Amino acid sequence: MIELKNITKYYGDFPAVTNISFKIEKGEIVGLLGPNGAGKSTIMKMITGFMPPTNGELSVGGYDIVTQSIEARRKIGYLPETVPLYTDMTVYSYIEYMGLLRGLNKKNIKSKVDNVIEICKLEDYRNSLISKLSKGFRQRVGISQAIIHDPEVLILDEPTIGIDPNQVVETRQLIKNLSGEHTLLLSSHILPEVSSICERVLIIHEGEIAASDTIKNLSSLMSGKNKIEADIIGSPQSIVTELEKINDIKSVEFSINKSSSEFSTFTIETEVNSDIRSEISKIIINNGWGLIRLQSIGMSLEDIFLQITTSE
Amino acid sequence: MRNIILITSKEIKTYFASPMAYIVGGMFLGLTWLFFNTSIVPGESNPITESNVRGYLEPTTLLFIIFSPLITMRLFSEEEKLGTLELLLTSPVKDWEIVMGKYLASTVILISTLLCTFFYVILISIYSTPDFGPLLSAYLGIILYGIATLGVGVFASSLSSNQIVSAVVGIVILLLLSFLDSLGAMIDGIPSTIFNEIALNYHYGDFTKGVIDIRNIVYYLSTASVFLFFTIVILQMRRWR
Repeated sequence: MIELKNITKYYGDFPAVTNISFKIEKGEIVGLLGPNGAGKSTIMKMITGFMPPTNGELSVGGYDIVTQSIEARRKIGYLPETVPLYTDMTVYSYIEYMGLLRGLNKKNIKSKVDNVIEICKLEDYRNSLISKLSKGFRQRVGISQAIIHDPEVLILDEPTIGIDPNQVVETRQLIKNLSGEHTLLLSSHILPEVSSICERVLIIHEGEIAASDTIKNLSSLMSGKNKIEADIIGSPQSIVTELEKINDIKSVEFSINKSSSEFSTFTIETEVNSDIRSEISKIIINNGWGLIRLQSIGMSLEDIFLQITTSE
Repeated sequence: MRNIILITSKEIKTYFASPMAYIVGGMFLGLTWLFFNTSIVPGESNPITESNVRGYLEPTTLLFIIFSPLITMRLFSEEEKLGTLELLLTSPVKDWEIVMGKYLASTVILISTLLCTFFYVILISIYSTPDFGPLLSAYLGIILYGIATLGVGVFASSLSSNQIVSAVVGIVILLLLSFLDSLGAMIDGIPSTIFNEIALNYHYGDFTKGVIDIRNIVYYLSTASVFLFFTIVILQMRRWR
């Protein structure tokens, strides 16, 4: 549905996005994750046809975004980061105008707007001026304009930024409900948001894709290869000195177990791509200590995110 | 065409929903009323003639220097400030349709305000029997003059997200364009002709004499077109930036 081939975007001399390629299939829900300034919004602005890439090919629904821009744009519903609203219009007339701009028919516009107002739970504010609405409601009006024309592709740039926690929960629920019918690309720097809504994550770091996989795969890829927990009977100090001799180990920490003084719990941090559990067990047995538990700890998306975006 | 009408009607609605419309419109009508009054020479046996139309319409052209940028200043500046320009530019609407839609809205507003001054024509018709030829041609001229100044105003609006800046830029460009003929009068030769031909005022005189010269019509329409073209270029530069 969305395809980027070697996309690069320069702002003047500054490369905001460098050589990015990815593909989003119909019906997929994908999260663009990255710290502020990573290039997420730039990628979205290019996909929606707001600005063309400096280099590379970009197509939406099979239409090239530069040469067949109008056809491609017809397929897209877009909510930019700063929710763009005509504050002097009422909720109804704003959504209606945006629907007509996106090519909806005058005849059935009313039922469409009513439907969207219901989906976004804006019934009570139908005829309110947008300038009188709170931020959370404005966000919903913003989402309404993005879905009014039933777009095949829905692009939401930081949809929950700046609204209060209750409304965040509601907005996320709303997005989740929408996801069934649309191909959805969502950007965020909030991890739980992406992990709760999206099936696949693209982690963007300094204008490049740092990782791209399903959330499940990402966690399993990372987990266990990074942190190991072990319960060992023996003198903690000498265990630490022995373990630190292993090449791939970055650090070893221990804590005395309070419930049982027999063993101590060790947290061992290792290089990302090595599994040294067998080596650890060998050393323990050779030294005559007692191995009670040796376990790799899964990483939360947050750990992965931090790891990917802070490494190098 | 559908998109243009859609944008035009939205802009007209927004304009008349704001107090700005009535302040600007009231100011315009108040000043033209003043011009109308001063153009009547008291004590003459037939105090009102068709020359009075010229009397108030000629200074009215100068009013457009301020009036037009005040109508057009929000057209693009506001969109940029609210961020809605991004929505507009990502909607399946062509850039020139956006520009035309907004421009047409401003011409509708200007012409409808101008139609209010037809009240003076009614007054003139009551108290005398004016020659409607020059009267109507003077009105045609002033509408064309207005259309050209609105083109400049729309262009100025696309330059900044600040409405005041847009209005000032528009006024400055219009001042230059209006008084080029005074500059032309000070020099001679080809530069003088060029200055005259570019000047907005230079082309208006014929209309008040009842002369409809196709060259003058072409001048005003092409001035508007040139600035609207510049506006489209500015919008596209925004994309390529």
